[in-house]
Amino acid sequence: MPMQVEHELHERRKGRNYGLGLILAGFIAVIFGLTVVKVLQLGDTAQFERFDHVARPQIIPEEGVGE
Amino acid sequence: MGDYFALLKPRVMSLVVFTALVGLLVSPVPVHPFIGFVAILCIAVGAGASGALNMWWDADIDARMKRTAGRPIPSGRVEPGEALGIGLALSGFAIVLLALATNFLAAFLLAFTIFFYAVVYSMWLKRATPQNIVIGGAAGAFPPMIGWAVATGGVSIESVLMFALIFMWTPPHFWALALFVKSDYGNAGVPMLTETHGRDATRKHVIIYTLLLVPVAIGLGFTSIGGPLYLAVAVVMNAWFLKGAYDIWRRTDADCEADKHRVEIKVFKVSLYYLFAHFIALMLEAALRLYDLGGW
Repeated sequence: MPMQVEHELHERRKGRNYGLGLILAGFIAVIFGLTVVKVLQLGDTAQFERFDHVARPQIIPEEGVGE
Repeated sequence: MGDYFALLKPRVMSLVVFTALVGLLVSPVPVHPFIGFVAILCIAVGAGASGALNMWWDADIDARMKRTAGRPIPSGRVEPGEALGIGLALSGFAIVLLALATNFLAAFLLAFTIFFYAVVYSMWLKRATPQNIVIGGAAGAFPPMIGWAVATGGVSIESVLMFALIFMWTPPHFWALALFVKSDYGNAGVPMLTETHGRDATRKHVIIYTLLLVPVAIGLGFTSIGGPLYLAVAVVMNAWFLKGAYDIWRRTDADCEADKHRVEIKVFKVSLYYLFAHFIALMLEAALRLYDLGGW
């Protein structure tokens, strides 16, 4: 015997739930795609690292290097 | 699910998508295709959200008119509260995402459009004045301006004239329809020009607004997004529409009864071709400019 009894309401709501699932998946795809495009538009990846809000010594130009 | 989709007025949404896309594509600033897609999606969702808010507010009117009695709320398939929730949630989603994906001006214009349609038109003007369609038409005129703002981040004479083209076109287009469709707006307590001022006054309004529309449509041809092709299309379409409006103005109710509104039906169809042709011509000019052929 199944743990949860399938109610007629569940069957009726199936279409709505699938639709909502698709909308959420689409939303994730849009946000992900937008993130990729926005990051790629920055050109320089070091720019992206600056969004980490954490000090990154490796992206700070060292004084005297190459002199 | 279909009922929720119907709340978004998909037919209105398709016109919004088309005009917003033209506004976006004819602008001089290139937009990344994915960002352009997201922007159009936001504008479409924003338009749908304002449709849901309109249906929530107008459920009482809709229930009293044959044309709208089958809509999701008056027919009982969707609760009014659900429509309000969907309208507000989608409005917020569309505005915030448009701001993040493009710029604040475009998002502000979208927010203003939703506010204008849901509050200024639906809640206030629609039930208050027979000029409701004139000022309410502004809501439908904003999308190309938003599309332009998405690309350029600004407002300019080109986007203002695209707005003005739809704004001035809406009244004669709608009144041509009102002259041949037997509506029950009167029963629902909505003042429509044909019923408050009569059919003769409506005919006069059609010719006046068409005369005001012509300089806007022709003027757009002399801006940076116009060109010889657009101007040729505009001259032909304006002459055609103006001739139709003149024919309507010269007619009487007896003429309409005699030929079963043949002229009004024809002019309504011409008005649809009119708007479509102008925006297609703008797109063609933009396409030609890519090959150094379009524009002035």
